[in-house]
Amino acid sequence: MTGTEANSMEDVSLHVLDIVQNSIAAEASRIVIFIQDRPEQDRLEIRICDNGKGMDPDQVKSVSDPFYTTRTTRRVGLGIPLLQASAEATGGYLKIRSEKGTGTVVQAVFHSKHIDCPPMGRMEDTMAVLICCNPDVQFHYSHIFSDRKFVLHSGEIQQKLGEISIAYPDVIMWIKDYIHSGLEEIYGGVGG
Amino acid sequence: MKSLEELEEVRQKALDSVKLRKSRAGTRIVVGMATCGIAAGARPVLLSFLDEIKKRNLGDVIVSQTGCMGTCRLEPMVEVYRPGEEKVTYVKMTADKVKRVVTEHIANGHPVIEYTIGSAE
Repeated sequence: MTGTEANSMEDVSLHVLDIVQNSIAAEASRIVIFIQDRPEQDRLEIRICDNGKGMDPDQVKSVSDPFYTTRTTRRVGLGIPLLQASAEATGGYLKIRSEKGTGTVVQAVFHSKHIDCPPMGRMEDTMAVLICCNPDVQFHYSHIFSDRKFVLHSGEIQQKLGEISIAYPDVIMWIKDYIHSGLEEIYGGVGG
Repeated sequence: MKSLEELEEVRQKALDSVKLRKSRAGTRIVVGMATCGIAAGARPVLLSFLDEIKKRNLGDVIVSQTGCMGTCRLEPMVEVYRPGEEKVTYVKMTADKVKRVVTEHIANGHPVIEYTIGSAE
């Protein structure tokens, strides 16, 4: 069920939804969302790579400042500082690599056994919303749990759909269920 | 595990209903999806719209997103554009409110005034 989650940026999937908004604002046409959850290594990594406009070194420095925004467009708001605080609260870190005209990589690493590590949340909801609202963006989502992997390419799905848009509600709800069952499978029915 | 093959079924169904309503101009629903919106619960609101639209088979509706609408304390905010009508802005939306908006406004053309920005201010 949707609608029951508390009102804050309290899980990993909401952070991902927020960070990807920066890639969309930067006019990316291809966004790679990579999640690697390795509890045996006490490590949870999120990486979001895009081919958007990119940032120069000064902009990269300033996006970690909660009071920074490019103002005219609010391109990057509070998302990065919130994710950074969340990762650092577990003893982890956040890194940004960006190049003007090439794209941006945001990487956050959490210590997953730390008591302050946020739960994964509903990645199927995050992906459904992203794909629905940005049907022209190629999303490449991969999610690893221990040694198992789930992968979804929105481009591949659009290809199978032909003239029907991937943003069609029935299709989006199907994608949501597809991801849900795929993640259940890699998590082996425990947690997720 | 669900398989990608099932997608063909969804596609066929979609093709059939798209053919039925080719002539009608569509409604656009826009959800604020900046940090403020997401933190306030924009994701379940957007999914709830999709769920209700699917249930009622309203195939001529597009759900989309925008950035910060400038009034973060009223998030989650939703704008509804219906052809030939003025834009309606809903504030502090929840999954429950979505059900009423879809039934009364999206399907039947009567905005739910008490949820609009005009009533909140």
